[in-house]
Amino acid sequence: MYDPVIGELVEELGRFPGVGPKSAQRIAYWVLDADAEEIEQLAKVLVEVKRRVKFCKVCGNVADDDLCRICRDENRDPTMICVVEESKDVIAIERTREFAGRYHVLGGAISPIDGIGPDDLRIHELLPRLADGQVREVIIATDPNLEGEATATYLTRLLADFDLEVTRPASGLPVGGDLEYADEVTLGRAMAARRSSAGKAGVE
Amino acid sequence: MWVSQLELVNFRSYEKLAIELSPQNIALVGHNGRGKTNLVEAIGFAATHSSHRVANSTALIRKGSDQSVIRLRTVNPDGSGAMLELEINEGRPNRVRVNRNQLPRLRDALGQLRCVVFAPEDLRLIKGDPSDRRRFTDDIMVQVAPRYAGVRAEYDKVVRQRNTLLRSGRADQSALDVWDEQLVRIGSELAWGRRNAWRRLDEHVTAMYDVISAESGSASALYRSVAQGAASLEEVASRMTEELARRRREELARGITLVGPHRDDVDFQLDGHPARSYASHGESWSLALAVKLASFRVLADLAGDPPVLILDDVFAELDEQRRQQLLESISDADQVIATAAVRSDIPEGFASRWITIDRADERSAVTYDDGQGV
Ligand SMILES: Nc1ncnc2c1ncn2[C@@H]1O[C@H](COP(=O)(O)OP(=O)(O)OP(=O)(O)O)[C@@H](O)[C@H]1O
Ligand SMILES: [Mg+2]
Ligand SMILES: [Zn+2]
Repeated sequence: MYDPVIGELVEELGRFPGVGPKSAQRIAYWVLDADAEEIEQLAKVLVEVKRRVKFCKVCGNVADDDLCRICRDENRDPTMICVVEESKDVIAIERTREFAGRYHVLGGAISPIDGIGPDDLRIHELLPRLADGQVREVIIATDPNLEGEATATYLTRLLADFDLEVTRPASGLPVGGDLEYADEVTLGRAMAARRSSAGKAGVE
Repeated sequence: MWVSQLELVNFRSYEKLAIELSPQNIALVGHNGRGKTNLVEAIGFAATHSSHRVANSTALIRKGSDQSVIRLRTVNPDGSGAMLELEINEGRPNRVRVNRNQLPRLRDALGQLRCVVFAPEDLRLIKGDPSDRRRFTDDIMVQVAPRYAGVRAEYDKVVRQRNTLLRSGRADQSALDVWDEQLVRIGSELAWGRRNAWRRLDEHVTAMYDVISAESGSASALYRSVAQGAASLEEVASRMTEELARRRREELARGITLVGPHRDDVDFQLDGHPARSYASHGESWSLALAVKLASFRVLADLAGDPPVLILDDVFAELDEQRRQQLLESISDADQVIATAAVRSDIPEGFASRWITIDRADERSAVTYDDGQGV
């Protein structure tokens, strides 16, 4: 095989999502070929991002301060919370301009295979936000795949005891997919035509 | 539907092969080990993305290579058709192109080619494990309605997730309830789809066994599952839910999912006896062929256009009367491809094109003969 240092690099790169052993090797050799300056710049950005970016204390979205841009914005409707898996899903829904409420980022989805149970998600942080009675509707916009569905099932059951409307984006999202990859029109329509999560009639 | 052209690159024994096929009956003749089964396996693989001989597609790649390509052109009776191209890769996902467009997922190409293959290995349908019978059922279901490929993949994932949870020590009531709901949602759909497939297949199994079996016995098939006897999808779901509640403690103790269509089976019976333990070798072979021919009938009826039918080493096992009865029962086929080691094993008057495979220098030499054969 290769030099231990390169081996280590390949191993580290292989931990990136979507990067398999072959791609990791390709990237490693690209790093070896690249100018030293270029690599230093990349390393600097990585460290900087990690140091500067924080997560919003309220909703878990990426933030540059204690609160994210959306939680700071007083024009956002405080009666609606849209629950998503990742910060990138916030960006996807924002692009549709169909939603003016606030968000809650879980930080993933329930997946026993990956060792992720409900307690590993930011569900504990969600409940206090619902306590003061201001929130009227929770929209569960987890990914339309198995783990996303399981997470939605868990939340729907958990929120059944609250005096709230619990809805889900209408179907039409490609099944088995990732929310962030749905195109704006499809996702926008799905948000607009969301339906009650308990299988009741739509909210519109 | 028929296949008009087939090209193989580094598939099994073939380094390179290009043949022209015609929309009638084709006889594929060559001595043992020349690559007849390899060739029909390629067509079958292009239709179902699975091989009747191996579970892992890398076995299909020619020794010494890391990629095979199957390229074929399908033609429908109305003249439409598609160019289907499958790339089988070692260590990387397989890929598929339809009319030169790469599709995002392999399963998006299912349904482009409908094909039924019968080969001696299909004896497994009768004598093998329940998983062999489930795989057969799913292949049919997917060819009838391609969306079931997604249901199946999703179901496999639910079972894996749920088994992991059962073994994790974190399987409390609320965690399990969540996965029970997913298991029931997807599992009931899969079981219902399979149940519907067998409702269609059953009568044809009986009829086809009468056609090809020299013995007098009567054959039948019974799908065993949570869906058995249920009258609707909802009923399947509610039965699964009940069954899960009843067996929860046992599931937790054993750490596996004990309820759901991953435990289904099909009971083949001969004169009311379970064929698996009762049927002779010859009877089992006839029954396996009858099951495959039944699937041909179902696919032909549903699509209004018969699938390609491949009969690997079939005629050699049948006497003249059975050969003729079999041919009559499939006379509506657009294309039947039959293999045999020697010409005399192909029924007289069957083939409109003879293809002889001879291997020379590790390359396959193919000769055509569109006469009535000599
Ligand atoms: N991956 C592979 N790479 C190269 N050769 C292979 C591969 N897989 C199988 N073969 C070769 O293919 C040959 C078998 O071909 P095949 O099973 O198609 O024969 P056949 O013509 O159907 O014979 P029979 O009449 O006995 O059924 C064997 O010689 C085997 O070594
Ligand atoms: Mg063979
Ligand atoms: Zn925030």
